[in-house]
Amino acid sequence: MATPAQDRKIAAPAITPDTQAFWDAAEQGTLLLKKCPKCKELHYYPRPHCPFCFHDQTEWVEAKGTGVIYTFSVTRRVEIPYAFAYVTLDEGVTMMTNIVDCDLDAIRIGQKVKVVFKPTTDGPPVPMFAPT
Amino acid sequence: MSIKGKAYIAGIYEHPTRKAPDKTVPQLHAEVARGALQDAGLTKDDVDGYFCAGDAPGLGGFSMAEYMGLKLRHIDTTETGGSAYLVHVSHAAQAIAAGKCSVALVTLAGRPRSERAGGLLSINFGPAPDAPFELPFAPVTANRYGVSAMRHMYQYGTTSEQLAWVKVAASHHAQYNPNAVLQDVVTVEDVVNSPMISDPLRRLDCCVVSDGGGAVIVVSPEVMKSLKKPRVKIIGAGEFPKHLNGGKMDLTVSGAAWSGPTAFAEAGVKPSDIKYASIYDSFTITVVITLEDLGFCKKGEGGKFVADGNLISGIGKLPFNTDGGGLCNNHPADRGGMTKIIEAVRQLRGEAHPKVQVKNCDLALAHGTGGSLGTRHGSATLIMERE
Repeated sequence: MATPAQDRKIAAPAITPDTQAFWDAAEQGTLLLKKCPKCKELHYYPRPHCPFCFHDQTEWVEAKGTGVIYTFSVTRRVEIPYAFAYVTLDEGVTMMTNIVDCDLDAIRIGQKVKVVFKPTTDGPPVPMFAPT
Repeated sequence: MSIKGKAYIAGIYEHPTRKAPDKTVPQLHAEVARGALQDAGLTKDDVDGYFCAGDAPGLGGFSMAEYMGLKLRHIDTTETGGSAYLVHVSHAAQAIAAGKCSVALVTLAGRPRSERAGGLLSINFGPAPDAPFELPFAPVTANRYGVSAMRHMYQYGTTSEQLAWVKVAASHHAQYNPNAVLQDVVTVEDVVNSPMISDPLRRLDCCVVSDGGGAVIVVSPEVMKSLKKPRVKIIGAGEFPKHLNGGKMDLTVSGAAWSGPTAFAEAGVKPSDIKYASIYDSFTITVVITLEDLGFCKKGEGGKFVADGNLISGIGKLPFNTDGGGLCNNHPADRGGMTKIIEAVRQLRGEAHPKVQVKNCDLALAHGTGGSLGTRHGSATLIMERE
């Protein structure tokens, strides 16, 4: 049994001034994270305020774009099945995403993945992950 | 200050409808309010505190207060999704203890079955800061619980058959509830052979979609003395909003790990003392994770705990959801917290169906999980005692 991942229509994310840099980087194929210069913690999704120490000058840092699947759920009772997932980046933060470009039935927790930006209908591409 | 012994649940009502194409949501709110007041032996004019959540139409609780003609001195519209009504009972007890009201009405109603034509529920809560980083990945209710179930299976070896036992137990109870949406007893095989919705959750791992509602009346000890109903005392409560914590989270744990100990400490009892438990059952996995987090078994052993009928009244060690729960009976407005309180009160009063009534049921727990295990949710635990 195999369920090849297919492209589906992806709604464009709503861009706000505080996340513009994230989406600009996404257009260039780069995944950005936020890091707090005070407590040194990384966080996701990106915010101007650190959710750990509440410092208000968090900084953008480039992620390597590699990680492992923390968990996933292949949603099947829809027109185009897809793998809703969380990936833990090598930097240590876990982000919501989809696992793409693979057989959905072969996805496993702990599998190594790499970021791949997928186009949206009328906005910047969004970070999804493919097994390496 | 503690709420222990400061308030009682005097009235309960679960709307018998499961499909209400010819009624409005405010009308259902009013019907359940009438039912609960009648059950308590009170009238609308006795109500001086009102509690409702996001299912109540209009701004805050004002539209509903006006619609029902309530004259209030206290209002609370805390929104924690399906667990809101357990939070409301706790907040009502706090308000009563502080002298802010003496008869609190809590209502829930909705018509998801009439208003939605099938499909996987995708809730858009508006311009939340997380939305741009989540909506492109198509989160729906089933996959947001599916990711917790998958991780729990990976980490602890929980199986689909163990999850199925939760549905089996609920169905054993629902066969005695003439209002339940699903009244047929199902087997583990039925559950694991039902169609996959979102891995690893199958159709029978999911709760029902139903119209309807419910209400409870919380009163002061003084008001309770004037009423004829069995005395159901609130002795402990806890609430906890759990979220993704900046990307550093454990999706196998629910907010019950914090709301539970808080409620048990306030009540001065422990899980092994509980005779009956209403556990929010949006999906089978919700029950497994909640039971672990509340301390009914060790973390990771929820699958083993629910297996072999351990949740079936008269058979297992912990009778749960004896009305059939959200999995079989009713999930009005896609919010199961209210019915969790109602069945726990029925058990404490000795008013559950004789086939599922727990003997000498003098201590019960009700727990709600609003939102989703796989993203953010509000957990609320309530412990009640028959006096």
